[in-house]
Amino acid sequence: MQNSMESTYPAEWHEADRLEIQMLGFWIYLMSDLVIFAILFATFIVLGQNYAGGPGPKQLFDLPYLFGETMLLLTSSVAYGFGMVAMQQEKKNAVLAGLGAAFLLGAGFVAMEIHEFYGMIMAGHGPSHSGFLSSFFALVGTHGTHVSFGLLWMAVMMIQLLIKGPTVVVRSRLMRLSLFWHFLDIVWVGVFTVVYLWQVL
Amino acid sequence: MLGKLSLSAIPLHDAIIMGAVYGSLVLAVIIIALLTWFRKWSFLWNEWLTSLDHKKIGIMYMILASIMLLRGFSDAMLMRSQQALAAGANPGFLQPPHFDQIFGSHGTIMIVFVLMPFLVGLMNIIIPQQIGARDVAFPLMNSISLGLTIAGAFLVMISLGVGQFTTAGWSGIAPLFEKQFNPSTGVDYWMWAIQISGVGSTLTAINFLVTIIKMRAPGLTFMRLPLFVWTALTTNVLIVLSFPVLTAALFLLTLDRYLGMHFYTNDLGGNMMLWNNLFWMWGHPEVYILILPAFGVFSEVVATFSRKKLFGYKSLVYATVAIMFLSFTVWLHHFFTMGNTPAVNVFFSITTMLIAIPTGVKVYDWLFTMYRGRITFSVPMYWTMGFLTIFVLGGMTGVLLSIPPADFVFHNSVFLIAHFHNMLIPGALFGYFAGIQYWFPKAYGFRLDEKWGKRAFWGWFIGFLLAFIPLYILGFMGMPRRLSHYYNLEWQPLLIVALAGAVMILFGILCLIIQFIVSIKNRKANVDVTGDPWNGRTLEWATSSPPAEYNFAIIPNVHTLDEFWDRKERGIAYQRPEKYHDIRMPKNRPHGVIICALALTFGFAMVWYIWWLAALSIAGIIGTVIISAVTNETEYVIPAHEVQRIEEERFRALAAAQDSGNI
Repeated sequence: MQNSMESTYPAEWHEADRLEIQMLGFWIYLMSDLVIFAILFATFIVLGQNYAGGPGPKQLFDLPYLFGETMLLLTSSVAYGFGMVAMQQEKKNAVLAGLGAAFLLGAGFVAMEIHEFYGMIMAGHGPSHSGFLSSFFALVGTHGTHVSFGLLWMAVMMIQLLIKGPTVVVRSRLMRLSLFWHFLDIVWVGVFTVVYLWQVL
Repeated sequence: MLGKLSLSAIPLHDAIIMGAVYGSLVLAVIIIALLTWFRKWSFLWNEWLTSLDHKKIGIMYMILASIMLLRGFSDAMLMRSQQALAAGANPGFLQPPHFDQIFGSHGTIMIVFVLMPFLVGLMNIIIPQQIGARDVAFPLMNSISLGLTIAGAFLVMISLGVGQFTTAGWSGIAPLFEKQFNPSTGVDYWMWAIQISGVGSTLTAINFLVTIIKMRAPGLTFMRLPLFVWTALTTNVLIVLSFPVLTAALFLLTLDRYLGMHFYTNDLGGNMMLWNNLFWMWGHPEVYILILPAFGVFSEVVATFSRKKLFGYKSLVYATVAIMFLSFTVWLHHFFTMGNTPAVNVFFSITTMLIAIPTGVKVYDWLFTMYRGRITFSVPMYWTMGFLTIFVLGGMTGVLLSIPPADFVFHNSVFLIAHFHNMLIPGALFGYFAGIQYWFPKAYGFRLDEKWGKRAFWGWFIGFLLAFIPLYILGFMGMPRRLSHYYNLEWQPLLIVALAGAVMILFGILCLIIQFIVSIKNRKANVDVTGDPWNGRTLEWATSSPPAEYNFAIIPNVHTLDEFWDRKERGIAYQRPEKYHDIRMPKNRPHGVIICALALTFGFAMVWYIWWLAALSIAGIIGTVIISAVTNETEYVIPAHEVQRIEEERFRALAAAQDSGNI
């Protein structure tokens, strides 16, 4: 009788349990972050027609340029994906190469976005000029900030990979960064559709 | 260098504020002096501030909430006194700008820095024990959440002496809170205090969701979870989905105030009603975030003190989940007067009324649990019975308010004030008080004094009725909320009654304080050796009081609802295991304290436009997070023989108690 009252459960959390716990936590975090984006999208949809006498999307957005920007972010995700495949095959240098390529492509995306923002502000179409511009800068800027933090995280992970090697902890962090990176892709597809395509076409 | 900050920010000319400031400073100096005199700094640092033990983190949340309750209640006393006096020719003793800050800080403090920390504190102390776990899923993040909550509370306290607090209410009034109309620091203090602690709440919710989903003891299926765990689970779902809305809404306000954007402005394409929608999309679920866990406490208390299985366990679970879903569909009832089409108002009116159904189910379940039970009228039961009587009244006035034509009349009158205090004081605060009385022996190892506990209850119960029934009547008489002065002398007698009610509540608070002092003094006589002072039903009563750091030497195997009760029935509740194992527990880490300090600095720097300091503290926070990830050894091992020593000691105490007839 006594034995059945005691758990056969492992006295220690195995690494696998720990991984699963961390993954679930990160998924829930992503969900809460998605709520923030949902609110910013909703705000853009509510305020997006309030030009307050200023320029609208047709005057401001350059679709071919944005297509290039989009391609940078999407290929960055592909590169990261190759890095993760290499991790399954235990090829450390290939992982680093994948991460490095993903980092550079992501940095290119951020640079193009900053260039776009800079051009708009210099032309006198900064975020304080209308509800439309405010909601545009808030949504796209929040996404860009996320990408920038992702880049910082990626840099930290490359250093950890170099110093610590592909330990269990490093690999699990790389898996969560992977989730984050693809998540930002999906959000960007939404941004590109709702903010740019939909408004211009 | 210091942004807008200068000595003129300190309101030296205002005697009332400076009195409070000097009072707080003297208190702080006394505490620091005592800590230094008794050489307790390293104790405080090693045993408390850097501890990742969920029980200690929970206790620190409770202490924060209790301190802030005193502050929030002082605000209430000031408002009640002012309104009792300031009729006709008498201007009262508070200037209108000061009065406006007080109602804002009262609301902010009570919701965000009293009820939230009470809720998170109780979850921390109890949830891991109720699910048979040794800690939460992310102990370091738990400590960081506490740090962020404390940082927010500190910001509110600092606003008392340096600068001022918001004059745009706790819920924010668009566009009054815009820079153009509110250029001073008040709105910024309010905004950053809520923003910083809100991030802490989101992290807490992620932590507890994962804890409850992943770390339940084997056999503890969802339909065997104690009701408090169920309500905590739904509350955390609500937090994860609603606090990001608040974060985003406040972020947009930040952009408005700091970068001149146009989200909630009344010009250049801003939309004032956007704020109301976003705020209440958080604000309404927030009400249920606060109330649902209190329902959980009542469920535990009713079952324990009626010596019966909870009546309708399943219906309580389904009702809880139904309320969780419905709470996201009613936010618009906070502004029926916005000017929507009738169809929109009708939709939200009906969803609001629907919430009364699952809530009613719960009330009947509690009543039927008591029916034919062998009820012990102990202090937690007092709070529960008090809740049942007054909460139903609040629910009915809520149904009244949910009818749009009626709401057009009551909107922003003191009828509304009476209604939501009628929900939150019995619904949430009484629940947390019941929880404190019920679980105090578990956390500290001795019981609270019954006599003073009952006195405290009567103070609060009678005080509540005296303070808020007059407000219902005044609402019918047309009195608007937030008045610092009025000319209608017919209101004054009722406002004096309301002040008398506040004084009664003050009596209740004093009784609570005396109760703690008396209980600490008599702790030897009230010691809880068994770990099960109330003849409890759920797993937290299987641990010792206070529990060992690891809670359970052996993770229990759960077979049924009310597992501990079942074990006692079968006489196998206190059996020695065959052997003990090594246990790994999280080491102390200072990151929570560091992030608390940095977040507070960041908030303060943003309020006063000290950009370099804000940038530095943000960089510091990011750096701390990165550095925290470098450490590999985050756990230490309690060896099996040490576990055995601790457990043997407990069994000896149990045997001694058995001999003296305490079990």
